[in-house]
Amino acid sequence: MNTSTAAPKTTTSATRPIRRPGDRIFAGAAAGAGVLILVILAGVAVFLLVQAYPALVAAPEELPTPSAGGEGFVAYVWPLLFGTLLSATLALLVATPLAVCVALFISHYAPRKLSQGLGYLVDLLAAVPSIIFGLWGLAVLAPLTVPPTRWLEDNLGFIPLFAGPASAIGRTMLVAALVLAVMILPIVTAVAREVFLQTPLLHQEAALALGATRWEMVQLAVLPFGRSGIISGAMLGLGRALGETMAITIVLSVSGGVTFNLISDGNPATIAANIALEFPESTGLDVNTLIATGLVLFAVTLIVNLLARYVINRRRDFSGAN
Amino acid sequence: MTTTAPRSAERAVDTPLTTVPRVGGVLPRWGTWAVLAAAAALVGGLLALVGFSISLFILATALLFGVAVYLWSRVIEGRRRAKDRLVTITVTGAFLLALAPLVSVVVTVLLKGLERFDPMFFTYSMSGILGPGGGAYHAIMGTLIITGLAAVMSIPIGLLAAIYLVEYGRGRLARAITFFVDVMTGIPSIVAGLFAVALFALFVGPGARLGIMGAIALSVLMVPVVVRATEEMLKIVPNELREASYALGVSKWRTIVKVVLPTAVAGIAAGITLAIARVIGETAPLLITVGLTTAVNLNPFAGRMATLPVFSYYSYASPGIPREAFVDRAWTAALVLIIIVLGLNLIARLIARVFAPKTR
Repeated sequence: MNTSTAAPKTTTSATRPIRRPGDRIFAGAAAGAGVLILVILAGVAVFLLVQAYPALVAAPEELPTPSAGGEGFVAYVWPLLFGTLLSATLALLVATPLAVCVALFISHYAPRKLSQGLGYLVDLLAAVPSIIFGLWGLAVLAPLTVPPTRWLEDNLGFIPLFAGPASAIGRTMLVAALVLAVMILPIVTAVAREVFLQTPLLHQEAALALGATRWEMVQLAVLPFGRSGIISGAMLGLGRALGETMAITIVLSVSGGVTFNLISDGNPATIAANIALEFPESTGLDVNTLIATGLVLFAVTLIVNLLARYVINRRRDFSGAN
Repeated sequence: MTTTAPRSAERAVDTPLTTVPRVGGVLPRWGTWAVLAAAAALVGGLLALVGFSISLFILATALLFGVAVYLWSRVIEGRRRAKDRLVTITVTGAFLLALAPLVSVVVTVLLKGLERFDPMFFTYSMSGILGPGGGAYHAIMGTLIITGLAAVMSIPIGLLAAIYLVEYGRGRLARAITFFVDVMTGIPSIVAGLFAVALFALFVGPGARLGIMGAIALSVLMVPVVVRATEEMLKIVPNELREASYALGVSKWRTIVKVVLPTAVAGIAAGITLAIARVIGETAPLLITVGLTTAVNLNPFAGRMATLPVFSYYSYASPGIPREAFVDRAWTAALVLIIIVLGLNLIARLIARVFAPKTR
């Protein structure tokens, strides 16, 4: 916490600290920068609201209607929101177990000398720009999924998720979710790893001393301690997946509509991808509509991120006792 | 760390307790490797009969390996140790699986990007070029200018805000800033772009596309990263240094500028480099704020500019004829981008390591 500079300030009685002009200017500039951040964020919310307002109050038939057929803003944004939530949730389902394993490997299984370097390798994954993941997903991952999705359609077609018809080029929701999973993996891993590394050594040694195998030690000491870290990491990853744009824009073949079918060419777009696809050619009220969908996205990610922060902070209070 | 007890010592402890029935011994040290080799050979042989596929080979080998080790260990060492071995294999496998995309991405971009990685790519723009040839000079310059502008705007703000939080911040304002910096970290990049659009729609008029808009959108993304990185670094500056400086009668701001910041400068520089690396590859906000041109435009205050990520996106998503020329340029742009980003990451690590304070 910020107790660092409390010492030299004696605000009591006779020895009042001398406030030099330099001090005042510098402190003012620092506080000003802090306030500026608040202003910027308020600006983001206000300007988006102002620009979204015309779309929110417009008559339904004035709105762009590729999928909703003139039924107003809610009907326009709902399939997009559905696509956003579906792709992000799928990505999370794939990435979280994998991330927990990777974090465990780095924190408890890898040779001690290697673990930092390995962690750095996983962090590099987070540094790759999303456009490159998009190109990679389309050029490498999508063709790879074509034979398995055919098989899924033939053998598990009775499950709505795999109803098909299977895409011949692989631009499916499944591939989009997998690319998203790769992109959020390093984020979830980083948070989980930090928490796993903080597991009290005494707990671990106690478990081992009682004869636990390494996995039992992890089960008894590390995972219970790290549970909130896993949850908050997953939430942060979800926030990132919800807002991810380019990878989805490139990979997903979009036709609008709400469907759980993961392996066909007709998929719901996501809010972010829809903005990236439509914005360059939009004018007038269409722009306002897109900004309004952006506002919805902002609100959703905000809620998810706040939940994640809440979990992290609650844990911080809890672990302060240790 | 004492994660594994040496097997031999464990047995030595066990031996006197012969009255307690204990299931068998321990797998030999080479056991797991032998199983892995056997599994690979078996799967390879079987697949050779029906048609080889590398992904299927790896998948089947991993599965067979896990099952075989589990069963063998279960027979010899008992259920608990078998499970432990299975988890070790799973966790290691998960790590390798996580690295696979990274390797695949780098290899793919290298292979496809080297096609057009020639001097022409770095010296020509796309002005007047319809088919093959041309380059991304305009996009590279655009990316550097816009990212540079974003850095110029966000580094001072981020630095000062972090200094405020660590050195001055008390009470509600500091808590509010900490909270909202967290919120800002989570802003989707496309929303940052929309913010710039909304801002300039009010002041310049709708439909504006300017380099500066992109720079503003990028700074919204960059500021919280700079604040976080700087804050972390300032917090680990030992308090004794500040107190020693105060004891010599040095004023607070000079203490910060002359003592605190120099101590933390390596970490801060590394953090800022990473922040730049994060925004330099952003596509979505630039796509909607800056657009794309074919000619060189070095003025961020007038008209559309080209940037590497957007150039790459449009070359791939809406190619001209012949398609290959455009796709090749897209991959080369991606390669240049990945070189820049990974290079910045490497530089950041080097800065952090080489210039780290010697006090710790």
